[in-house]
Amino acid sequence: MDIFIQQIINGLVLGSIYALVALGYTMVYGILGLINFAHGEVVMIGALTALTAIGLLVPAGLPGPVVVLGGLLIAIPVCMAVGFAIERIAYRPLRNAPRLAPLITAIGVSIVLQQLAMMGWGRNYHTFPPLLPATPHQLFGAAITDLQMLIVVVAAVLMAALVWLVTRTRLGRAMRATAENPAVARLMGVDVDRVISFTFVLGSALAAVAGVMVAANYSIAHYAMGFMLGLKAFTAAVLGGIGNLGGAMLGGLLLGIIESLGAGYIGDLTGGFLGSNYQDVFAFFVLILVLVFRPSGLMGEKVAERA
Amino acid sequence: MTLPVPSRSLSALVALSACLLAACGDKADNAAPATPDAGATSAAMVIRLGHVAPLTGPQAHLGKDNENGARLAVDDLNAEHFMIGGVAAKFELLGEDDQADPRQATTVAQKLADSRVNAVIGHLNSGTTIPASRIYHDAGIVQVSPSATNPQYTRQGYKSAFRVFADDVQQGSVLGAFATGKLGVKRIAIIDDRTAYGQGLADEFEKAAKAAGATVVTREYTTDKATDFAAILTKVKSTSPDLLFYGGMDTQAGPMARQLKTLGVTVPMLFGDGACTVEFHKLAGDGAEGHYCSLPGVPLEKMAGGTAFRDRYKAKFNADIQLYAPYAYDAVRVVAEAMRKAGSTDAVKFLPELSAINYPGLTAEIAFDEKGDIRNAAVTLYQAKSGAWSPLETMGGQAAK
Repeated sequence: MDIFIQQIINGLVLGSIYALVALGYTMVYGILGLINFAHGEVVMIGALTALTAIGLLVPAGLPGPVVVLGGLLIAIPVCMAVGFAIERIAYRPLRNAPRLAPLITAIGVSIVLQQLAMMGWGRNYHTFPPLLPATPHQLFGAAITDLQMLIVVVAAVLMAALVWLVTRTRLGRAMRATAENPAVARLMGVDVDRVISFTFVLGSALAAVAGVMVAANYSIAHYAMGFMLGLKAFTAAVLGGIGNLGGAMLGGLLLGIIESLGAGYIGDLTGGFLGSNYQDVFAFFVLILVLVFRPSGLMGEKVAERA
Repeated sequence: MTLPVPSRSLSALVALSACLLAACGDKADNAAPATPDAGATSAAMVIRLGHVAPLTGPQAHLGKDNENGARLAVDDLNAEHFMIGGVAAKFELLGEDDQADPRQATTVAQKLADSRVNAVIGHLNSGTTIPASRIYHDAGIVQVSPSATNPQYTRQGYKSAFRVFADDVQQGSVLGAFATGKLGVKRIAIIDDRTAYGQGLADEFEKAAKAAGATVVTREYTTDKATDFAAILTKVKSTSPDLLFYGGMDTQAGPMARQLKTLGVTVPMLFGDGACTVEFHKLAGDGAEGHYCSLPGVPLEKMAGGTAFRDRYKAKFNADIQLYAPYAYDAVRVVAEAMRKAGSTDAVKFLPELSAINYPGLTAEIAFDEKGDIRNAAVTLYQAKSGAWSPLETMGGQAAK
């Protein structure tokens, strides 16, 4: 039983990170109908920027958590700027182009960012210094570290804050209006360009946090880390119903837990026929099953009219 | 051929194809005396050795280290006025870069084959050495790799392929003997990264451990790009093993050791040479302590003349030895020795001498088995102690087999 709880905890930690990244995909999709494939690279830039900043801060002799927070506070504005620039340079000129054009641009931006990061940070793996205590606590017979608890809590708080922002604030209403119908929103006095920019900046800030979480939890970061993470988070967004905030969160957590349980139990379930090498296959199999029965994802009902 | 061909370009074409047939390669840019073995009667015989390793990219530091080792050997040979067949030999080293990329490796190999080098030292990686070995074999060029460990390299039936480093079969069996003997473990969990290296080493380890009576309680898999191991490590934990073996590189082994610690699992881990690096300690942080790894060969301090070699290397290149430089040095020396014994730089003549050689090298007594693998290869085991690998014991070597 403690093993089962441990796998759920593993899944929750992983899923929280997926969910944060998935929110970036889903917000942009909800408003622009665009899949921002460069979003995974923003996560990577967040992780590497934070690592560089932490490398500079460590000699100052501050306590570990302060240094990590400092790295995070530098990574967030950098990612926001990157997200803002991506939208301005690569997507805005193509706002009224056929849908295929921005999709291709998105892939292009992803490749450009990855190569730039490779030139800047090199091809090597960068290590996250052991600044945060890694000693596990016991929770119902399973082990969880302070950092992992922090990841789940921070992710939950950020997601709650985002939901509040979108549903309760004036800016959130403008976002929803733009998602509903940009032309009408503009007639109602919404500065659509500003709202779209803001969406990218917000998603990128979440990506920066996710990037630091990944680097801190797995202790490494490198220029190509964004690709697979982005793909998984995109999958999570689709699983939950792309364009739907709650869907991205649910999809992220579900994907994380499915992966963990898949890796842990797939061997037992199939009598050793399939092993943990089918971890990803298992996750994508669940995705296919969900999409067959609910083509717009678990919670994505409004998507049909937009797509 | 309906188009009229201007006579000038036609004659150029004829000249070009004649050149190709005669394999004139790049002789032009390398002056006249480069003709390899016709020089038996001339005053000084020039012997050209190709050396290939990644000189750019993430493994550039290891590649440069190999090349420096080979260069030191070449310089030593020239300083010693090494004689082959009664004639003073002058060695030249042609350093090439394969970027650790199998495709680039074959391009470079073809280039060396075209320029008719007398022998090739290299490549560094298994993935580049294996495809290149076919080109050298077809061109009749002797190849000695200082560091490729995949067994397949010497098992393709090429008489021209040698290595002066223990292969994964030898390493895997030593790892198995160490785990079941010295560590006395009974229940072993194995993870590999599904690459030719990681999976191959894990398979060899599993065979050796099972033969010694240990039980493999679970076999799990990851990839050489993964960063999250929590799920498979939890699975491993549920099988309560005495030892966890990982076949793969330091980039996964380090984070894996760290995550193992955060899961509160205290089982020791065992790695092959891919994780037996300084980098492992950086990646694993405080999760590194107490784990084990193996590296073919003996520690430099234990080699006869090892410390002297280290000092000379440092003086010459103003750098520290990374890993394989002593093996690259020996690879050059053993080729030169075979040439001296045969009294010829012709591969047809010195190849049998190389196969039968018994040479007291820097790293070991070098003798090859029928496949071209080094006989009695030693493997040293290390344990992580306060941020560094400290040697435990050397197994195999002259005693084994």
